[in-house]
Amino acid sequence: MDKKPRSLRTLITVVVTLVTLGVLIWGMFFTADYLVLNPKGPVGQSEKELIIITTLLCCVVIVPVLILTAVIVWRYRDKPNRKAAYSPNWHDSKVLETVWWGVPIIIIIALAVVTARYTYALEPSKPIDAEQKPVTVQVVSLDWKWLFLYPDENIATVNTLTIPEGVPVRFEITADAPMNSFWIPQLGGQIYAMSGMSMTLYLKADEVGTYFGTGANFSGEHFAQMRFDVNAVSQADYDSWVQKVKGNTGSTITEASYADLAKPGVMGETEYSSFPEGLYSKIAYKYVVDGENADSEDSTDGTKQEGMGSSLPGFSSGQVTSGLSASQPVQ
Amino acid sequence: MLDSIKDFASWFFVTGDPLIYGADVSIVLATIAIFAVLTYFKKWGWLWRNWLTTVDHKKIGIMYILAALLMLFRGGVDAIMMRTQIALPGIKFLEPEHYNQVFTTHGTIMILFMAMPLMFGLFNIIIPLQIGARDVAYPFLNSVSFWLFFVGAMLFNLSFVIGGSPDAGWTSYPPLSELMHNPGVGENFYIWGIQISGIGSLATGINFIVTLIKMRAPGMTLMKMPMFSWSVFATCIIIILAFPILTVTLALLFLDRFAGGHFFTLDMGGNPMMYINLFWMWGHPEVYIVVLPAFGIYSEVVATFSRKSIFGYKSMVFAMLVISIVSFFTWLHHFFTMGSGADINAFFAITTMIIAIPTGVKIFNWLFTMYRGRIRFELPMMWTIAFIPCFVVGGMTGVMLAVAPADFQFHNSYFLIAHFHQVLIGGVVFGYFAGLYYWWPKMFGFKLNHKLGVWAFWFWNIGFYVCFMPQYSLGLMGMTRRISEYTWDTGWAPLNFISTIGALMMGIGFLFQVAQILYSTFKHKKVGNDPWDGRTLEWTTASPAPEYNFAITPHVHAVDDWWATKERRAKGIADDPLPPIEPIHMPKNSIIPPIMGLAWFVAGFGFVFDWWWFYIPGMLGVAICMIARSFSYDTDYYIPVDEVKRTEEAIRGSV
Ligand code: HEM
Ligand SMILES: [Cu+2]
Ligand SMILES: [Cu+2]
Repeated sequence: MDKKPRSLRTLITVVVTLVTLGVLIWGMFFTADYLVLNPKGPVGQSEKELIIITTLLCCVVIVPVLILTAVIVWRYRDKPNRKAAYSPNWHDSKVLETVWWGVPIIIIIALAVVTARYTYALEPSKPIDAEQKPVTVQVVSLDWKWLFLYPDENIATVNTLTIPEGVPVRFEITADAPMNSFWIPQLGGQIYAMSGMSMTLYLKADEVGTYFGTGANFSGEHFAQMRFDVNAVSQADYDSWVQKVKGNTGSTITEASYADLAKPGVMGETEYSSFPEGLYSKIAYKYVVDGENADSEDSTDGTKQEGMGSSLPGFSSGQVTSGLSASQPVQ
Repeated sequence: MLDSIKDFASWFFVTGDPLIYGADVSIVLATIAIFAVLTYFKKWGWLWRNWLTTVDHKKIGIMYILAALLMLFRGGVDAIMMRTQIALPGIKFLEPEHYNQVFTTHGTIMILFMAMPLMFGLFNIIIPLQIGARDVAYPFLNSVSFWLFFVGAMLFNLSFVIGGSPDAGWTSYPPLSELMHNPGVGENFYIWGIQISGIGSLATGINFIVTLIKMRAPGMTLMKMPMFSWSVFATCIIIILAFPILTVTLALLFLDRFAGGHFFTLDMGGNPMMYINLFWMWGHPEVYIVVLPAFGIYSEVVATFSRKSIFGYKSMVFAMLVISIVSFFTWLHHFFTMGSGADINAFFAITTMIIAIPTGVKIFNWLFTMYRGRIRFELPMMWTIAFIPCFVVGGMTGVMLAVAPADFQFHNSYFLIAHFHQVLIGGVVFGYFAGLYYWWPKMFGFKLNHKLGVWAFWFWNIGFYVCFMPQYSLGLMGMTRRISEYTWDTGWAPLNFISTIGALMMGIGFLFQVAQILYSTFKHKKVGNDPWDGRTLEWTTASPAPEYNFAITPHVHAVDDWWATKERRAKGIADDPLPPIEPIHMPKNSIIPPIMGLAWFVAGFGFVFDWWWFYIPGMLGVAICMIARSFSYDTDYYIPVDEVKRTEEAIRGSV
């Protein structure tokens, strides 16, 4: 290869670089549908804002660093009769060191303030300000399907979720299978679905449309099948949808058919005209050990919440409702 | 009778997949080939005496590195299999079940059986040389550590053909990893493979911290230690504090599976979230364990190839120690989405961001080491220069992930996959490659071929960006990690396809490296003590170093002591007169470590299958080895002065 003339080598390099960059840019900018950057609800909207703010803040540091790297590497490369200075023993400078401890510290303080603000604002269990009363949907992650229960309407669906547009939705989330995570990127961020406890997540769709929903935490063999469509429809359409499902009395969930549903397997979209009362809390609190009780605290939305009584993060949470004690009324 | 043997065999051996049969055949063929070659050339005795029973840190280091490169190959094949499966929708290359096993083994192998041993290999070869010592503090323990790592890795890899691979992810979260959802033996392989090698890692951590504290050459105060040694010091602190957490966590998980425990089960008061916390209390520090030594390597390489002292020595040291401590207070950023509440999420978001500060400072210090230097683009320096932009961008996406509410949108998506590969490949792997190229002449007495290395470099680097940049986009498009299939309507196909091309390019880069090593082994020029014009003590002794490292223990006066000596010589100032050579005290080889390794293997295998007739003899073997060691008194010897002189002359003659 060293026989090739210099210009040919340069040509090859340039062509390879351009093709690579071209393909990357084409792929990343012309084929991509960036769900996270194209939110359709207030939660996703704030999260997008936050992503943009933090990206810009980071860029304040990294763009100069990248430029500096290129300049230094180019300017101080070793070559015959180069003019750049060479000072082999210069290895200390209080001023410079102060600058580059100081600048990152300032940027991180700024980031920390922004992050803390948004962390409180976007706490998933915090209700969304709106005139309408929120609709409640109870979400159960099963092996390998999503069960959605509508307690107010007493209907249920599998692998398809219909919600009214413009109305906050209060998701109560649990699992009857290994841990998963409930994620609708265009409406807002995810939260884990865990057996033996219930999580709360408020989301709202501002526009009528069909959105992509998915399980985000690996839960076994057919985890990849745990996708669902979210249909955000007008209030009128929502009401008539509910009536339609209710009317189709051929398919209901009973205690026995739930047991079948919970068995490992995959299935398509299904709708059920009714389900047994209290099914959700039965599932969420099925691992309760009688007589145990844990400390309780009030959560942000005023409902009674209990922790497992441990002080490790993740357990004594602001929002986890643990089966250990909350289940007493169920049993 | 025949039927029951058949039944047993089809349960014991993994069957039904042509890929696996292929692997079976190649394993058997490779084993036969190795045996045949060793027997034909009558090399069994040589192998046993010179390598398997050695306590020489340099040889142990080489064995670590060989094993790690082998594991890099296995992990890389796993990676390419996965990328093939998800290159486009509808590819039927791996069944979901198989895909799940492959990402589990890929992750586990890359972190625990590739990055860790490659790192330990470099520790072993360089640390004693760099601080002017004759060996590590506990050479016997060092050999035990190696064998524990090795049998742990082999046990884990065995699951591919016997019993079935683990498939709950390298994090192995319960309840998915509990008996309730995972009754097979795969998870047991995961537990015991890591458990056995983990004990070795802990022992290595202790060994090297003692070595660094007690065995530095006279005159080398802590603040005159080379940067790589400092990075190992910081890493060992983390190893010693973090690995016990892993050991306990896995032990509890094992009790759940083996003895009906309820630490992490759903029922009977168990709590899976406890495991998740414990795992990451080790897991986050673990990523700093593997990256800090890479930082140390970059510091050495940058100084050497810019012909300048490292900029801001003190703040480099301070930064590493800060990192090693703060890394213990960030673990929750791996599960902001578990609903811990705003207070806790905010706390861990901020601690995570704090780590970016010392890391950023280190970048500036490397840049200003190059500033006003004379940069030579040798292979180690090329990898170092490639590291800087890669790690800066990976670090930035890390900070973005640390923003808790934003992480609700990034978590478990390909954005995360892209981030951690960028810091693990761009930070850790590039660093260890730089270290390998840099110290290769010290290990073997010759440099690796430059031209093949340049090809490998470009394939790896272009491949890297082609593979992982699209994955950031895929994450923002809603693609989650650990999925083995998707459909056309998602729109993920083009970027996935591009990403797979990038992975193949990295694969080609690796093949170039294999070619480079083979070619250079057969065709090379011998180099002298100091082929790169280095700065630290390892460059004062022969390449490869004699078994005793230094005929005369060096006296250290400055941070870059060897560089200072060379400068003095250039000015015509004579070296200090050398003291006379004295007999050298050395540790004797021992057959106990490989035997103890074997005993652990038998025990681990027994625990995996719950066969007491395996694990009881295995554990007994381990105990007997320990007792035998405590009663062996013939563990050291002296190399007489004559022999040292003869060796030194031979070395000088040959260069
Ligand atoms: C050589 C290029 C590499 C490629 C192409 C590659 C590719 C992949 C792929 C496709 C996945 C699975 C993604 C998924 O389905 O969730 C993965 C996961 C992973 N990789 Fe790599 N990888 C590479 C190198 C590495 C290295 C060097 C390390 C560590 C030092 C590493 C650590 C991991 C880990 C920890 C996981 C997560 C496994 C899990 O989900 O349990 N990879 N990689
Ligand atoms: Cu939980
Ligand atoms: Cu971490």
